Amino acid sequence: MIAALVAIGAPVLAALASIGRLTRFAVTALSRLLQPPWYPAQLAQQMLVIGWLSLPVVGLTAIFTGSALAQQIFIGGSRFNAASTVPAVTVIGVVRELGPVLGGLMVAGRVASAMAAELGTMRVTEQIDALVTLRTDPFRWLVAPRILAAVLVMPFLVLVSNALGVMGGWLLATQRLGFNSAQYLATTQRYLEVDDVVSSLVKAGVFGFFIALMGCYHGYHSGGGAAGVGRATTNAVVSSFILILLSNLIITVIVFGS
Amino acid sequence: MIPRIELTGVSKRFGSRQVLDGLDVAVMPGESLVIIGGSGTGKSVTLKCILGLIPIDGGSIKVDGQEVAGLKGAALDAHRTRFGMLFQGGALFDSLPVWRNISFALSGTPADRRSAAIDNLARVGLAAEVADLKPAELSGGMQKRVALARAIAARPPIIFFDEPTAGLDPITAAVINRLIRTLVTDLKITAITITHDMASVRLIADRVAMLHAGKIIWNGPLAGLDACDNAYVRQFITGSADGPIQMPGARP
Ligand SMILES: Nc1ncnc2c1ncn2[C@@H]1O[C@H](COP(=O)(O)OP(=O)(O)O)[C@@H](O)[C@H]1O
Ligand SMILES: [Mg+2]
Repeated sequence: MIAALVAIGAPVLAALASIGRLTRFAVTALSRLLQPPWYPAQLAQQMLVIGWLSLPVVGLTAIFTGSALAQQIFIGGSRFNAASTVPAVTVIGVVRELGPVLGGLMVAGRVASAMAAELGTMRVTEQIDALVTLRTDPFRWLVAPRILAAVLVMPFLVLVSNALGVMGGWLLATQRLGFNSAQYLATTQRYLEVDDVVSSLVKAGVFGFFIALMGCYHGYHSGGGAAGVGRATTNAVVSSFILILLSNLIITVIVFGS
Repeated sequence: MIPRIELTGVSKRFGSRQVLDGLDVAVMPGESLVIIGGSGTGKSVTLKCILGLIPIDGGSIKVDGQEVAGLKGAALDAHRTRFGMLFQGGALFDSLPVWRNISFALSGTPADRRSAAIDNLARVGLAAEVADLKPAELSGGMQKRVALARAIAARPPIIFFDEPTAGLDPITAAVINRLIRTLVTDLKITAITITHDMASVRLIADRVAMLHAGKIIWNGPLAGLDACDNAYVRQFITGSADGPIQMPGARP
């Protein structure tokens, strides 16, 4: 009985402890945003790395997925004589779910891994120790700019993702499925609500936070040479994927569930 | 006289491994202490404990008579301003060019900091052209010297050198040894150097301490090193495989 409790208790305690560590890490990083010194050059560089360099992969993902979605709605809808719902369902599906989620996952794959690898390498090569000895707080210099940059930049990436996703659907519908272009766009506009866009951008900001937080947390606590950095990178990607999907579900239920 | 740095009974354990186990050592102002000892005996850990990078489990670390173990926040920052540190692997920031590495902790306009960086490059025997390169574009020995330039750039009164000549050719090593000696003799800094290189020990040290099994097992003036009859020290300075220090698996 006690052995069973211990067997269950140990992993639970370990999980609670890591949630505690993670929360402390996040609070420390956010508290550094509130008072100077700030490092605007670090922020600008991160915004460039996260935002600009993610555009191609996010854009391509959105176009392909938007087109595929339109095709599927058309096939599925034809069975109920509802093929005309393609523009409405495509825009709702893209803006509410696919744009932010797929954009978030693609950015997580690119950025959380890169951050974990960079900070992990800095940890194992003593660069973080050197930073501290030179009286620069690694939370200010490394972590806070990455988190802020990701939160600021993700909404823009998701706007692009949404627009290109809808465009992908429109392209396929007008070029292959015989929809009238002007009518398609008018329907799209009629069904797109402000709430959809707002929830999409809120999701984007939340995903950006989790992506950078996971990348920085796992990199900062990396250990054990090259193998440790490899583990940190994997953990950063997997945990940011899970947090993106979980927080997406929560936000969707809160915003659209009632 | 109050020691510049005084460690008393310092202990540190990582998991099940007791790395430091009641370590006592002191350095006087303006003195150059060299710590010798086998790989993995905790020499680097000792320096990191003094800098507050690794918290200690027990014991006391005093700088100028004041306890520094457990310092936090602004007090810890103020404590660290007194130190320069050359890390064993260099630890250069690979996202920044050489001159920004060297001038990282300096204030002033970019032009001032750049010229300060170039002055410090000259002190370690490197040309100004190196200033705009990234660390990855330098050889290992050059990286070490750039890291040395960074450690001395802010003119700290206490400098730690963790294996400053490891991996350098003999001539560059001699330049570095002489630089460290000059810093101590002419600029009156207090230095702790870790090295395996007995030639460096003889050039740099005022006093030598040997770390083994978590403790300082011998500690004395450089002049006493050769006359010392401690079997561990003798084995280390003669570089012999036979003696009280045994590598696991070295013997059948
Ligand atoms: N941050 C750390 N976490 C866990 N173990 C460590 C850490 N730093 C050092 N160690 C361990 O402490 C021991 C002493 O390391 P170190 O001081 O680097 O040796 P050296 O005397 O060669 O400089 C080694 O066994 C090393 O693995
Ligand atoms: Mg070492």
